[in-house]
Amino acid sequence: MTPDSGAAAPSVASPLADTARIALVGNPNSGKTALFNALTGSRQKVANYAGVTVERKEGVLTAPSGRQIRVLDLPGTYSLRARSPDEAVTRDAVLGKLAGEDAPQALVCVADATNLRLVLRLALELKQVGRPFVLALNMFDIAQRQGLRIDVERLSTEIGAPIVTTVATRKRGLPELLDKVEALVDRQTLTADNAWHEPSPAEIRAAHAEAQRIFKACVKPPERPDTVTGKIDGVLLHPVAGLVILLGLLFVMFQAVFTWATPAMDGIDAGFAALIELTNASLPKGLLTSFIADGLIAGVGSVLVFLPQILILFFFILLLEDSGYMARAAFLMDKIMGGAGLHGRAFIPLLSSFACAIPGIMSTRVIDNRQDRLTTILVAPLMTCSARIPVYTLIIGAFIPQQTVWGVLSLQGLVMFGLYASGIISALLVSFVIRRIFWRGAVEPFMMELPTYRWPEPRNVLMNLWTRARIFMSRAGRIILPLMVLVWVLSTFPYPPEGATGPAIDYSIAGRIGQFLAPLMAPIGFNWQMTVALIPGMAAREVAVAVLGTVYAVGGEDGETGALSTLLKNQWSLASALSFLAWYVFAPQCLPTLGVVKRETNSWVWPTIMFVYMVSLAYIAAFITYHVAVALGAG
Amino acid sequence: MSEAFVLSPEFNPAGTATGVRPLASAGRGERGVIVKVTGHSGAAEAVVAEELERRLLEMGFVEGASIEVLHEGLFGRDPIAVRVDDTRVALRRREAGAISVKFDGR
Repeated sequence: MTPDSGAAAPSVASPLADTARIALVGNPNSGKTALFNALTGSRQKVANYAGVTVERKEGVLTAPSGRQIRVLDLPGTYSLRARSPDEAVTRDAVLGKLAGEDAPQALVCVADATNLRLVLRLALELKQVGRPFVLALNMFDIAQRQGLRIDVERLSTEIGAPIVTTVATRKRGLPELLDKVEALVDRQTLTADNAWHEPSPAEIRAAHAEAQRIFKACVKPPERPDTVTGKIDGVLLHPVAGLVILLGLLFVMFQAVFTWATPAMDGIDAGFAALIELTNASLPKGLLTSFIADGLIAGVGSVLVFLPQILILFFFILLLEDSGYMARAAFLMDKIMGGAGLHGRAFIPLLSSFACAIPGIMSTRVIDNRQDRLTTILVAPLMTCSARIPVYTLIIGAFIPQQTVWGVLSLQGLVMFGLYASGIISALLVSFVIRRIFWRGAVEPFMMELPTYRWPEPRNVLMNLWTRARIFMSRAGRIILPLMVLVWVLSTFPYPPEGATGPAIDYSIAGRIGQFLAPLMAPIGFNWQMTVALIPGMAAREVAVAVLGTVYAVGGEDGETGALSTLLKNQWSLASALSFLAWYVFAPQCLPTLGVVKRETNSWVWPTIMFVYMVSLAYIAAFITYHVAVALGAG
Repeated sequence: MSEAFVLSPEFNPAGTATGVRPLASAGRGERGVIVKVTGHSGAAEAVVAEELERRLLEMGFVEGASIEVLHEGLFGRDPIAVRVDDTRVALRRREAGAISVKFDGR
């Protein structure tokens, strides 16, 4: 579906090597990404800008003339004045000052044709920069349906830039857009010297007045203005009904993430288990085989197994974003989150963290303020991620009787719910403490446009989903794999001595660390086997289950949970089991998360702080749980 | 209005003009015209006054723009969703303190 398919090439004036560079600029919600997808199809590359953690999306297309055009999709903004790292990238790219990037030869200013007022001011700012640009009036079909009349010629004269009307989702207006872009590129000159500087409030007022004048002169108000959005908002932003609907939506999302994903996850799990078995069977027994099977394949598997959940989660998030609901969710949650010192925008990252803290932490980039962002990053791992589920399931299954409470609720389910709730409550408490004690006072303004509701475009959602999935796989993979290998080394070397009877892991570095730490963990009711399981569990939380299986030498390859559960029941006291659960709610049992925090904050300071505060919380919580349980007779 | 906002003197520069109040004090359904935008919300902000003023201006809160309060949050009726000319914007009441509005029919 790339635009070059079947494109006639009437002119070969430009040699093939001649690649043009353009960039898309525009307000958030202007359909910029939809236009980018329509232009470049699947020929996209997502990476980071040099030195900053801002996503760089670039695609290539072949214009009807045969010329290759590289398109950069810049983060959405209302102004070239940067407020967040994302917007700083947009500003520097437009000004041609972005380190490691060639300046774009032309810009495309993408505007929602039904919502021109704010983008006209941005267009006036672009004019000051002097870099040639085309104004794309996107979603033009909706404007026409509303009976909105735009005097395109006059607007073009007033703005001083060519204008094209487009419908990105239907690929309408794209050849015309490319024509105009190429004409600008061929001219190869800046229309003026860069006269842009950070505008003062007075200058913004003046620019706004000018934009307003142009708007009044060129745009006749719609005959049939959109009333649907207002009506939907009447329900979705209702103080009570709105919150109830939001909670309902979240409930459905959770159900989907945890139930729909299960078959796929089981399939992936079984596939990797089979692959490991096959490797063990077909290769000679030895170090290399163990490395390939238990290090590499198991490592890749531990990443891949979360893909179904993450895809489903991102699917919902994309639907909510594309429909315009996400801004409403932030509106509804702002006060609740604000009470804990979090920004309304922290809602999405924290929501994602229920699947896995890694995509959650990566999505904190939408938060402008550094302190708000760091607070969100620090508490994200407290949200119960899905890697804790196998551990919770094992322990709950072994120690909590299958009873019903008050006739309807299952006790096991109740304990599970309690573990989730303690994660959420502690996240809110920790952020409260951070924002009220360490970073007091100043609160970042909360201001966001509530876009018009739209039906999400399936193709667009799928393309963005694919992009998200690719980013997760490559980033997570790059961090998780080496760590898995490290943990494999720790739990493999050195070998047990000749004639040793215990499981091999007891003699490894990990085993020794566990035994060394055991006295430290004794006050919280952990025996040395539990402590040993924590070390490989650092690679990924759920690995602890497999390690417990190994340490207690049950199940072997199959790691039968049933057998393990019975065994644990005989070996651990209830108090120790509860203490282990409490530990898992808080402990930073996940090196990849710490790795991602290091990447996202560009410093070891934040992962260190995260590790220290989470270990302390885990120890305190487990200590209290253990001793209360012992006092109540569960020792 | 029993808002827990400490209004500083910079707050209501239109002073005695009738019907002029900070947007922070507006209830659902109230309409009016913006008469003044400053950077002083009357609360401790993470950004300096000029920055707040610029952000408000960039979102379309300019003198002369028509405004209507569309929705209010559940807790403390905060944040609020307003229509500024034909754009819908959500903001907290604290930042709305920097916007003075001449309300209709009051």
